[in-house]
Amino acid sequence: MDLSQYLEIFIDETKEHIQTLNDQVLILEAEPDNIDTVNEIFRAAHSLKGMAGTMGFKRMQRLTHDMENVFSEIRNGKLNVNADMIDIVFKCLDAIEGYLANIIETSDEGTEDNEEVIALLNAALEQGNGDTAKEAESAKPEAEKENKSDAPSDRRKYLSIPIADFEKNAMTEAKAGGLHVYATTVYIQETCLLKAARAFLVFKGLENKGEIIKSVPSAQDIEDEKFEFDFSMFIISDKPLEDIKKAIENVSEIEEVLIEEYNIPEQVEETSKPKEAEADKPEAKDNKPAKADDKKAHAKTGNKPVVNRSVRVDIEKLDDLMNLVSELIIAKNGLVSVTGAVAAQEQTFNEQIEYLERITTNLHESVMKVRMVPIESVVNRFPRMIRDLSKKLNKEMELIMTGEDTELDRTVIDEIGDPLMHMLRNAADHGLESTIDRLKLGKPQVGTIRLDAYQDGNNVTIEVSDDGAGVDVEKIKRKAIEKGTLTEEQAEYMSEKEAIDLLFQPAFSTAEKISDVSGRGVGLDVVKNKIEGLGGDVEVVTKLGEGTTFIVRLPLTLAIIQALMVDVSGEKYALPLNSIVTVEEILPEDIKYVHTKEVINLRGTVIPLVRLNEVLDIEPLSEEEDGLDDDTIIVVIVKKGDRQAGLVIDKLLGQQEIVIKPLGKFIRVPKMISGATILGNGEVALIIDSNTLV
Amino acid sequence: MDTNAVSSDSKQYIMLRFDSEQYGIDISYIDNIVRLQPITRVPHTQPYFLGIINLRGEIIPVMSMRKKFELPDKENTNASRILILKLEGNAKIGILVDEVREVVTLTDDDIEKITSDTSDTRAYLTGVGKYNDTLISLLNISVLISDIENE
Repeated sequence: MDLSQYLEIFIDETKEHIQTLNDQVLILEAEPDNIDTVNEIFRAAHSLKGMAGTMGFKRMQRLTHDMENVFSEIRNGKLNVNADMIDIVFKCLDAIEGYLANIIETSDEGTEDNEEVIALLNAALEQGNGDTAKEAESAKPEAEKENKSDAPSDRRKYLSIPIADFEKNAMTEAKAGGLHVYATTVYIQETCLLKAARAFLVFKGLENKGEIIKSVPSAQDIEDEKFEFDFSMFIISDKPLEDIKKAIENVSEIEEVLIEEYNIPEQVEETSKPKEAEADKPEAKDNKPAKADDKKAHAKTGNKPVVNRSVRVDIEKLDDLMNLVSELIIAKNGLVSVTGAVAAQEQTFNEQIEYLERITTNLHESVMKVRMVPIESVVNRFPRMIRDLSKKLNKEMELIMTGEDTELDRTVIDEIGDPLMHMLRNAADHGLESTIDRLKLGKPQVGTIRLDAYQDGNNVTIEVSDDGAGVDVEKIKRKAIEKGTLTEEQAEYMSEKEAIDLLFQPAFSTAEKISDVSGRGVGLDVVKNKIEGLGGDVEVVTKLGEGTTFIVRLPLTLAIIQALMVDVSGEKYALPLNSIVTVEEILPEDIKYVHTKEVINLRGTVIPLVRLNEVLDIEPLSEEEDGLDDDTIIVVIVKKGDRQAGLVIDKLLGQQEIVIKPLGKFIRVPKMISGATILGNGEVALIIDSNTLV
Repeated sequence: MDTNAVSSDSKQYIMLRFDSEQYGIDISYIDNIVRLQPITRVPHTQPYFLGIINLRGEIIPVMSMRKKFELPDKENTNASRILILKLEGNAKIGILVDEVREVVTLTDDDIEKITSDTSDTRAYLTGVGKYNDTLISLLNISVLISDIENE
């Protein structure tokens, strides 16, 4: 069977499961007795194993199988959670991630067997078995089979199904009467969409061949799709084995049928014991009400999206939808400008326009929402990373995250992971002092790294902070002088802010030692580039001895924005509204000079002026041409972080929702132009990125 | 178009005019030919780029062949057209030309290859085609484009 079409789904789901495992194991490390967590881990491991098996990734399957065994033992209370085991499990997860990385790149799991990890897992398992040897003894035959990683016996699930007395009696009677008793486990292809229907057809097909005396899960559960991809049955029939097998195999989308003449177990005790080891099988509940929650858990694995009701949508489809909405907005703007021109008298016409405007705005919002993803999907791998860093760097630290549910456009989310990771590593390695130093300084022994995300108007702000040593500005300057990027004199007059900005220069690292974690001088410049590429900016706030905060501001979306349309010497430009503070009218005599640069004093703040016609290289219009009252000058005050600048323009044209379009591949675009937009009349206007002018 | 009449070793070219010279562009590059429309200037860009236009919701940069070939500037006329070329990866570029004449079919025999001399505009030519009594300079679009990209 060609599985390549499922590869993407497999990759996505594997990522999800690995993430769940990482999260849950972290919880387990903190609360070793949390049985819910163990169950969750077991389920994820089990699904991983199944998926890897279906896709034919044997090595991955083997590894996950062994991991599953360990958790199966923990779950049955035969194995205790300790620090060593957590480490082993994390190693195992890394190995699985390794397989996944290989699969993503080459569609193959690679040849790494990870024997070492498997050996560790098995050692942990052995230890558990040794401790509880007596219990294991009584559970002997079947439990042993379970622990051996030999696949066929594992797949004959019917062997481990407990048989009640009355069922056994029925079987014995049937045998005595010359009938056959067959036990079978049927595997449905994991890609099957209507597995309940397939199972139903199996039952239907067997109806006239014999009598199904027991099925696991129960017929009702199967009908309700409360099973994974296999179910087991006991059948009493006078037909030969082959007949029964054929009847089942006739149903399409059946992957495998395991069937054999059933040897009725002799003693009830022997079969009831392994039930404990096999507690994940839902039938345990049928006989033992105490295990009821296992059954629920099982149902959850069956129809997973109970909590997280989501549909996977190809981003391209969303992009198409988005483009359509963009077109609609352009069309609407066109209509609006037409009505303005004709000054349409028809009241109803205007109402229709307003209606259209409302619809497009709503449509825009909902499409945007579809594209929004909580940053959780990016940041949830960080707790694990900080834990590992903590061990590696031998520093005690904890990560506190808030605002994981803050949403960002998918396009931004995809890009933001790496920069955040760099900043966190930076905080862990450079930011925090060693545990000894902290104690000396009278700081709490455990260093704190925070990641706080929140929405701020049309922006999302993510702050990465630590309570470490802070940035030593003098040290940066010395380093820069050493490297020759700065002269002594320059350093002298350099402001603190400018010095900190040096950190973002390529190949600048203040770490004395180059460590595995950071200090290779790649990082912060990459971080800055990436974030600026997303239309955002980074800022550093630091206090020596108290810590450092990296503040990242990102636009909510990259596609449609609110903008102020302005006229500069007869050309139209769009200024994104989110960076505008106010619009001021000033008189020529309000302009003062500082270092021959034009500034204005606006309510106590000195703000530098930027003449847009100069930076945009436009010939200023002669006085007759512009027809403006030259007594006042219009200044748009824009901000970047806490800095401001005043952009001098000629006319305000009003606020408008604009669709950002790229300028095409070949034309060289100056940094101050972030894109173009199409106005209602079909004209093209450039969008000014005021961040570059502040 | 009757493509059956075109034999395998012949190609169709769009014939353009700059002053009295005729140029040809391989027809497979042509996406569209549009009348002159307002072009939005882009500051601080390559000098031969006039700016950008809106072609049915798509922004397309437009360059001036005259500026690129360092020919003297000339007023646009009613005959001026913007040729939209479609290149690899669906990227588009517009070229402002004085006039679009006609589509001509040239066989290999009609074309005289020229050795390219990188110093002048002849580097952008694949050869010179002979059509009736007219000589047509055939533009090498891929060289032209990679030249722009590498700038």
